[in-house]
Amino acid sequence: MLMSGAQILLECLRKEGVTHIFGYPGGAVLPIYDAIFDCHDIKHILVRHEQGASHMADGFARSTGKVGVCLATSGPGATNLVTGIATAYMDSIPMVAITGQVRTSVIGKDAFQEADITGITMPITKHNRLVKRVEDLASAIAEAFYIAKTGRPGPTLVDIPLDVSRNQIEFDVETDYPKQVNIPSYRPAGPSGRVPDLQMKKAVQLIAEAERPVLYVGGGAIASGAQAEVTALAERTNILVTTTLLGKGAIDETHPLAIGMLGMHGNAYANHAVNNADLLIAVGARFDDRVTGNVEKFAVGARIIHIDIDPAEIGKVIQPDVPIVGDVKNILTELIKQVQPREATAWNDQIMEWKEAFPLVYPNDGNLYAEYAIEQVNEIFDHDAIMATDVGQHQMWAAQYFKCNRPRQWITSGGLGTMGFGLPAAIGAQFANPEKRVICLSGDGSIQMCIQELMTATVYGVPVITVIVNNRSLGMVRQWQEMFYEERYSAVDLQASPDFVKLVEAYGGVGMRATTREQLRDALVKAKDVTDRPVVIDCVIPTMEKVYPMIPSGQSVKEMMLRHDLEQVKASVHADGETWSFSDEERVLEQVVEVGATGAESAE
Amino acid sequence: MSNTIVAQLQQQHTITVLVDNHPGVLARVAGLFARRGYNIESLAVSVTDNPEISRMTIVVNGDHRVLEQITKQLNKLVEVTKVVDYTETAAVERDLALIKVNAEAHHRGEIMQIVEIFRGRIIDMSDKAFIIEVTGGTEKLDKIIHLLEAYGIREMVRTGIIAMARGSKTASRTGRDTE
Repeated sequence: MLMSGAQILLECLRKEGVTHIFGYPGGAVLPIYDAIFDCHDIKHILVRHEQGASHMADGFARSTGKVGVCLATSGPGATNLVTGIATAYMDSIPMVAITGQVRTSVIGKDAFQEADITGITMPITKHNRLVKRVEDLASAIAEAFYIAKTGRPGPTLVDIPLDVSRNQIEFDVETDYPKQVNIPSYRPAGPSGRVPDLQMKKAVQLIAEAERPVLYVGGGAIASGAQAEVTALAERTNILVTTTLLGKGAIDETHPLAIGMLGMHGNAYANHAVNNADLLIAVGARFDDRVTGNVEKFAVGARIIHIDIDPAEIGKVIQPDVPIVGDVKNILTELIKQVQPREATAWNDQIMEWKEAFPLVYPNDGNLYAEYAIEQVNEIFDHDAIMATDVGQHQMWAAQYFKCNRPRQWITSGGLGTMGFGLPAAIGAQFANPEKRVICLSGDGSIQMCIQELMTATVYGVPVITVIVNNRSLGMVRQWQEMFYEERYSAVDLQASPDFVKLVEAYGGVGMRATTREQLRDALVKAKDVTDRPVVIDCVIPTMEKVYPMIPSGQSVKEMMLRHDLEQVKASVHADGETWSFSDEERVLEQVVEVGATGAESAE
Repeated sequence: MSNTIVAQLQQQHTITVLVDNHPGVLARVAGLFARRGYNIESLAVSVTDNPEISRMTIVVNGDHRVLEQITKQLNKLVEVTKVVDYTETAAVERDLALIKVNAEAHHRGEIMQIVEIFRGRIIDMSDKAFIIEVTGGTEKLDKIIHLLEAYGIREMVRTGIIAMARGSKTASRTGRDTE
């Protein structure tokens, strides 16, 4: 059949099983939108800003494991996708971005709405391609999907000039769409790849020899769908599991062997466990600086087994004793077979002691705090809601207090830390999971970066519930300025913000405000009954709240600050009523270190 | 001074990268080096006997770990077919220089002697200058350039190192040289 490039594109997307395209039209994609006009089995979601489209595709992908698809026109449309593409790239999320491009005859001539999007996205895509002939379009799409979802997943981009989507050729998707993609220079490890025997033997031996092992599990375990394997390995060996920000859900967080998140704002007991471990089994994790702090001081006494699908992650930050390259699920399946069962040891008891000694705490003074709001979300939504977050203090509180019982329940921008990600990602996740409730936890800063997507949610009847943790400031930056910049609060005051309740009402959604615990609970219960439009709950919390524990950037567990440390120390330093200031930092740190050291001694 | 040269040599690696002969591949490779903070000492690119494959020879500085990362990151680029490090291999390395040097009448004889010793060629001659073509390893070229500096070098260009393993072994086009 004679088909235009645009029609071929849609045929190919259909063949890839695409159900949703998040996009925004424009001149260079007019033929594609003309084809979409006739397409009823693939749903096109009209966003309000292309950044929203890329984050929605991302949220769709994170909540399902499928490839998310976004579409934008040339020039500004394409560049508006960039933040979303970079977000997906940093967190290894499978996504295909399709962009229009000016006609091939004017490429390079600074045509209207021309931007070199393949050049711009080169460092933030796994691969990208400008398709110059309609004959190449089908194979370009097939490759884009194949590369995005295989190996270590990531975003790809296909740039389609106007004439390529307009030109017609004979095309039959059944015969002309590549059934198999064969790229000789791209051979990723797969779910049934070969398991390196020698390395496995070494790993089994290290595990058998270890007295203080810890499993450190990252986003790779989610990507490969290895929750059952992570849990089985932990149970067989009684090794406690700490997860990274992106690894949340790789084990049920209420499992007795789960010790929560590690790193800068991780659980103190998880950090003490890693710091005192003699064996660290890194599973689909990349030793990010927010996890390690000062690499020289990270898990110094531990031998390291590093399991990752990406050979370039091995030795990038830390040289492991046993590197194992392969699909996490595949490797763990084999490891479970080979490893000897272990009983829980005194080491497990030790970590549990730390857990009791250094619990996560927030003020129990009856006031409304973000931590309380998150606990209520857990409870009111029966531990079943999908949680998407923005970036900042609320994100870390959510990482600490939101309990995942399954993978893909937790959607957050980890590597890039993209403010504005939460709401569109939640909307994308809701499209993919119509039977689930999706919560977006945001801040009064982050929400304003993509707030226009409330309109998208209203138009499509998407009942995403956004809880804005409103502290009237850019809290995380303010926290750093308080702690490390002598309380010189520069450009963090957001006293002047819109009335979020009125704003969501203007967008056609439901708005509620909570300033007390009761109001917050009521609002969440009411929100649960709203199923056809977005809800925003303006959750007003104290401005000066900080995220604890905290390991200051580039430091180690020794420098970890706990809430009671700092608050108590501040109180004692200034019993005379003066306000605490940066000049006290050293004294505070000294005392904090002592608290930390006490913890470490009790390990012996 | 000789110590610093030795230190540099220990850290210098010549790698060959086989890539698909597509537009933009050079930008991908160069961009990777820039983004990850690896420094390119020299870079030579041309098509191979297979018109679909281009061959890059890149000289980089760095220790073993840096080189391992470079190799792995290059291998992640979809259009990179193969990466070979010639540092530990017996390989022929060649660099070609064109040197435009002042050649006043009373110096011509000396310059021609130097060129002969280095097995170079004079490929252009005017009343005031020669263009000298000379081929060899980096050290040889450095030496002749040093000697010619005495007469005043007006202009110079070097191709950068290209390399090939000795013997019958080839940088095969298929299969990837990982781990």
